[in-house]
Amino acid sequence: MLGEAEPQWLSEEVKTGTTIIAIEFNGGVVLGSDSRVSAGESVVNRVMNKLSPLHDKIYCALSGSAADAQTIAEMVNYQLDVHSMEIGEDPLVRSAATLVKNISYKYKEELSAHLIVAGWDRRGGGQVFATLKGLLTRQPFAVGGSGSSYVYGFVDAEYRKGMNKKECQQFVVNTLSLAMNRDGSSGGVAYLVTIDEHGTEEKVILGNDLPTFFDQ
Amino acid sequence: MPHLSRVSFFTSRKHKPSSTKMATLTMSRPPVAGFSFENCRRNVFLEGEVNNLECSLPAARKTGTTICGVVFKDGVVLGADTRATEGMVVADKNCSKIHYISPNIYCCGAGTAADTEMTTQIISSNLELHSLSTGRLPRVATANRMLKQMLFRYQGYIGAALVLGGVDCNGPHLYSIYPHGSTDKLPYVTMGSGSLAAMAIFEDRYKPDLEEEEAKLLVRDAIAAGIFNDLGSGSNIDLTVITKGNVDYIRPHDEANKKGVRLIELEALQLTGDYKYKRGTTAVLSKCVTPLDLQVVEESIQTMDTS
Repeated sequence: MLGEAEPQWLSEEVKTGTTIIAIEFNGGVVLGSDSRVSAGESVVNRVMNKLSPLHDKIYCALSGSAADAQTIAEMVNYQLDVHSMEIGEDPLVRSAATLVKNISYKYKEELSAHLIVAGWDRRGGGQVFATLKGLLTRQPFAVGGSGSSYVYGFVDAEYRKGMNKKECQQFVVNTLSLAMNRDGSSGGVAYLVTIDEHGTEEKVILGNDLPTFFDQ
Repeated sequence: MPHLSRVSFFTSRKHKPSSTKMATLTMSRPPVAGFSFENCRRNVFLEGEVNNLECSLPAARKTGTTICGVVFKDGVVLGADTRATEGMVVADKNCSKIHYISPNIYCCGAGTAADTEMTTQIISSNLELHSLSTGRLPRVATANRMLKQMLFRYQGYIGAALVLGGVDCNGPHLYSIYPHGSTDKLPYVTMGSGSLAAMAIFEDRYKPDLEEEEAKLLVRDAIAAGIFNDLGSGSNIDLTVITKGNVDYIRPHDEANKKGVRLIELEALQLTGDYKYKRGTTAVLSKCVTPLDLQVVEESIQTMDTS
């Protein structure tokens, strides 16, 4: 007991140990995340919003190392601001995803963060891009973070093409709730962001308002 | 003492054959971007060498701390204990862990003492230049950005875990900043080895829109929890209350651990930290006095030039 002067988690890197999900519907996207940030075995922030804005109608979901993910998101936010001023209009979701991908790929060995980029633009409507390890791929929906492994089966079984906004939001909330129940590194509250051509809507769903499933 | 001369860093230069009459070109290495970690490799090597000689390198002094902050109605209250440890020994019983960043922003530091001290001083100086350039009072978000970008650049090698708080034109703000460069903006934060004890107090008693006295009591109790339940924290409690246009730097706010009072048993008198013993405490068995006859052999006077 007297051996170490400092608990191990103090020197451990802060990870977001997360569940994040993004899904597109006709006319927009829905992003969802949990809110737990851990350092070793200790929770350092139980209400962190991991859905970070890159632009008015483009958001990204953070997972992995908290410092790396926050830094990438802030850098891309800055680069997108400059880019959108240069082209004189709102940037494309694909541009934002490409900027994130460029950083993730170039510093692949040094960084350990995965960002899912999703948003709405006039040309392509709602789009979701995964940028894991420097790849760039557009998908109808994407899940990420440590909690995602527990819900791959659920999302593969339950996803249907052509869901409307409300069904997508319910889908995201159900997925998050299941993952948060099973993954030790995910928990807290659920954050939901819905982006469509009319605007961006942010919502928080507190722990006891989440849907419950088999829980004995 | 480790002998550095035993370690050779330079390889021997080969002799150039005299037939080639070329001027030797020396090319300096182009400056490499980013931090050079060469010294870290050297440090690891030296540690290995030193272990062979059965001594140890001096340990970096850590503050093994409890620091915390809370946002109340009109501002922020920052609190810290005052113990600095070097391994298992208390190096400083009353060190100051709340550092000045700007007139409206203060920062508590946990982790390696030198790192927190220097990092806060660097950012304080840069922030003053920035504030002179903008002509405005600096914002807490600016200080936060500067700190996180610097700590991220050093990839966690600067062991500074900070609680940054202040009041600016947008109201009171409180940030926690981790050594790898991630930050959280929250209404109450704790850091350091005693942070779990302090967080327990906060989670139980925090309410939004506290009054100043309630907030001070809450922070005092949180630090006290860290002091009494964590080995790495101790001594007194320092508080800093920052409101719009006013800073109260209360050091110490509460002497949680006063130095003990000794009694002289026979007379029941209190001695406050005085370790003198009366004549007769130690029994004298025998006494022998030998006068020494000294004679002046040589006397020389050197005049001082006082003109």
